[in-house]
Order: sequence, then C-alpha cells, then structure tokens
Amino acid sequence: MIFTSGFFTSAPVHTAMIIGGVAAVVSGVVGVFTVMRGESFAGHALADVSSAGGSASFLLGINPLLGFLGMAAIAAGGMELAGARLVRERDLVTGIAVGAGLGLAALLLYFDVTFTSTTGAAVTVMFGSMFSIPPDMIPLAVAVGLSALALSAVFYRPLLLVSLSPELAEVQGVRVRLTGLVHLLVLAFTVSLSAMTVGAILSTALLIGPAATALRLAKRPGHAIAIATLIGIGATWGGIFLAYDSFYWTPGHGWPVSFFIVSVIFVVYVIVAAVPERMWMRKNGAPIRAGFGTRTGSA
Amino acid sequence: MFSSFMINTWVVATLVAVVAGTVGFFVVLRGSSFAAHALPLGAFPGAAAADLLGINELIGLVVFSGLGAIGISQLSRKGPHDVATALCLVMLLGLGTLFLSMTTEYSQGVYALLFGEVLGISTSEIAPVAAMSAVAIAAVAVLFRPLLLSSISTELAEARGVSSRRMELCFLGILAFATSISVPVVGALLVFSLMIGPAAGARSLTDRPQWAIFLSVGIALITVWVSIALSYVLNWPVGFFVGSIGALSYGMGRALR
Repeated sequence: MIFTSGFFTSAPVHTAMIIGGVAAVVSGVVGVFTVMRGESFAGHALADVSSAGGSASFLLGINPLLGFLGMAAIAAGGMELAGARLVRERDLVTGIAVGAGLGLAALLLYFDVTFTSTTGAAVTVMFGSMFSIPPDMIPLAVAVGLSALALSAVFYRPLLLVSLSPELAEVQGVRVRLTGLVHLLVLAFTVSLSAMTVGAILSTALLIGPAATALRLAKRPGHAIAIATLIGIGATWGGIFLAYDSFYWTPGHGWPVSFFIVSVIFVVYVIVAAVPERMWMRKNGAPIRAGFGTRTGSA
Repeated sequence: MFSSFMINTWVVATLVAVVAGTVGFFVVLRGSSFAAHALPLGAFPGAAAADLLGINELIGLVVFSGLGAIGISQLSRKGPHDVATALCLVMLLGLGTLFLSMTTEYSQGVYALLFGEVLGISTSEIAPVAAMSAVAIAAVAVLFRPLLLSSISTELAEARGVSSRRMELCFLGILAFATSISVPVVGALLVFSLMIGPAAGARSLTDRPQWAIFLSVGIALITVWVSIALSYVLNWPVGFFVGSIGALSYGMGRALR
C-alpha cells in the first residue's frame, strides 16, 4: 500500500520528520568532516557514551537531550585531553572511553530499572523511539542543530584544511589542536541530537553513511556536504514513511524506523562503492581523497 | 560467592578472560579497537534471531559475527576501513531492531546480551564455550608469527610472502569467533572492554610479545574475577566494573611509561 491514509496528518509523524530532518542535515555536514578525518570510531564512541547521559536523564528526570549532550561533551573533552597524536593510540583512547562510558550506562540503566521501574529503558536509549518523541522537543533540537551548524560554518576553512593536511594547516598558522577540539564538540552535539532520534547506536549510520557516500561522488567539499545532507534526509524521511506503511504489511505491529533508515543508507553506500571510482572521475574529476587511505590502523 | 550456582559463572568467565586477553593483544597491536567493538555488538542481533527461530543462541552469535567479519573485510576494499566497520555495525544492529520488534518479551534479554548476565549460566553451556575457547586459542597459536609480522609491518610481511589481506580476514575471523563466546557472559558492549583494557595495560609493561600476551591474560583474569566478586557483593552490573577496571589499567599503563 502506498501513501497510507493519515501519513501527512499524524502528529507523531510530523515530529519525527522534523527532528529526523534536523538530525540528518546536521549529521550530513558534520559527517563529511568526520569521514575525511577518519574519525568514524570517535563519532560512534560519542554516541555510545552519550547513552550513559540518556540513562542518567531517566534517573534525574531531566530532558533526555540535555543528558545525551552533557555526557557527549564530557567524553569529547576527555578524549581530546588524553591527546593522542598517533592513529593507533587515538584508536585505543577511543576504545577505552567507550568501555568506561558503556559500563557507566549499564550501571545507570540498572538504577533506572531498580529505582524508577522504567522497564525498556535499555531499548529506548540504545535504539531510540522516533514515533514517541514529544513535540516540545522540537525547539531544543533545532537550537542544538543550529549551533552545531553555526560552529561548523565559522570553522569551515580551518577545519577543511586540518582535515586534508594537518602539516599544511600548521604552516598556514591554523591552530590544529583547537580546531580538533571544536570539531569533537560539534561532533558531540550532532551525535547527541541523532542519538535522540535513531538511538545512540544507530546515530552512527546517519553520521557516516551519507557522508562516506557523498565523498565518493563529489569532487568539492561543498558538493559533498550538499549530497550527504540530501541522502540523509532522503533516508530518514523514506525510513519514516516505510515504517508508517509497515503497519499495514504485518497487521497489528509496525517494523522499526531505525531498521529502514539504516538499510537505505547501507544499500546506497554499497551501490555507490561498488561502482568503480573511475566512472565518477570521468564525469566529475577526481573525488576528494582524504580519509580514503588514512586508515585507522591496519585492521 | 562460591556456592554451586556460581561455579559455572567462575569457570566460563575464566575461559572468556583467557581468550579475550590473548586476542586483545593483537587488537591493541593492530589498532583495531573499532572492529573489536563492532563485532560483539553486531553479533548480538544474532542471538535475537536465534531466539526467534528457536535455535541455540551460540549459532546465531557465530553466524552474525562471521557476517560482520566478512562484511568489514569486503567493504574495506572499496573505501576507508573505519567507514566499512561503522556501516557493517549499524546494518547488523538495524537487523537487530527488526528482530527485537518481532519478539514481544525480549526487553530484559536485550539488557543481558548488551551488558551481561553472569549469574544465569547453566552447566550445559560450559562445554561449547570451552571447546570454542580452545579453538580460538589454537588459531592464535598457529597463526602467531605471520599475524605478529603483519600487525607490526604490512610491508615486511608482504616481503616475506604473508598476504596482509588474508591475515586481516584471519584476524577478523578469530575476533568474531572469540566474540561469540564472550557475548552471553559479559555482554556485547563489554566483551570489548575486556579485550582492550588489559592488553593496553600489558603493552606498557613489556616489549616482548609473548610476555605481553601472558600479562594481558593475567590482567584480564584479575579484571573479570574482581568484577564478578564486586558485582556479586554490590549487585551492580558486571559490565560497569569491567569497563572501569579496563580504563584503570590503561591509565596506569600510560602513567608507567
């Protein structure tokens, strides 16, 4: 069944589409830099660690977005303080942060279940529940999204330079560490926002998938950002639509939104990756090479 | 703490720690924490799928972590390695949400698989875990030299005729296998802390690979034993202690260097 009745009039669908759209746009912009810098793991780690904040917010009864945001900012600061220059060491620091952060999340979720009898908190925090986002979340989400975009815009040139070549950036007088810290903070903002929509774990999909696909297709960073944003929005709204529709495929229960969003993103990346790069190059010139080749370790 | 129903827990946790300590040495050496994080997490939907089909959980875990290993190595031919890992992980988890939405009473099961449920191990679970641990350790022993060589320098390994691509797949395979054993015990999210923390601590105590492995296994054993004891006394989740002690041993390792 296509265009199930009520899709455009349902309030939960509206909220999901607005917040999902904001998350997709911000993830698209920030994701391009994240993939170029080879920081996919950091992006995923911040999402995971922020889930501890989400669990804490259940316990404290505060706005979940503030919980996610606070924890992600703390983790970003900590990872930058541990200041690892070597790629392998950075990988390790990130890993340790994830382990400790998730351990904390486990403890807080346990308290949630014990003290407030919030059953299913584990599932909500990890996988998100897009159709149950309260509408009054919209202003806060938009504000967080806009500030992440504003920071990215202000630091656009230095960030790009540092992402492509740290040495060149240093020569040009860019403060490499400061730029790195700003990017991690913006990443924390972004990830908290999408952790609210698709869940802590699956926010990685919105951050990495569209950006990695776009970087294969575009030859200019600006184009890559535009393509990543479009793919992100397409996947999110398409996923919401399919999930809404799925209530009629299997009577009585719908399929999860996250599943559809992730599937669309994954399939698009696999298809684009399967086409030899030469074909894109013939049409568009050489794609942006950064990130491709700067591997985070050998395995 | 050592009553009959806890014996299974101690035995299985010890096996898991030995395997995690051994494999963790290579995870740290190769800088592949992300893969070590992604495979256990991506394996956990396998348990949900097995539950749905009514087959043994271990089979589901092995199949899904195997899918993850193959997916990562295939996709990383086409693009950056970390992107391949991230996307395989989220796809497997996406399937996980789908399976979870199909079973109704699984909320508590998710918590156990993610964060571990060490008190619920039955005697019949010990034999398969022991067998799989032995296989994982044997695989590491057989591949020790080429794996070490390719972890330290891919160029040198290639010059000696060791294919880094094949070694990578072997390594991911071992990682996937080791993961499937540990997930039901310490939980998907924290199998990973058990692989990273102890090995990272051991690395800074010695430069010799064999010693580093022994130390890594030793620290992993201490981590798991202390965690279970604390968890038993305080009734807090094991994962919290494993994660904290892992971070502690990394921090101490860095302070020592």
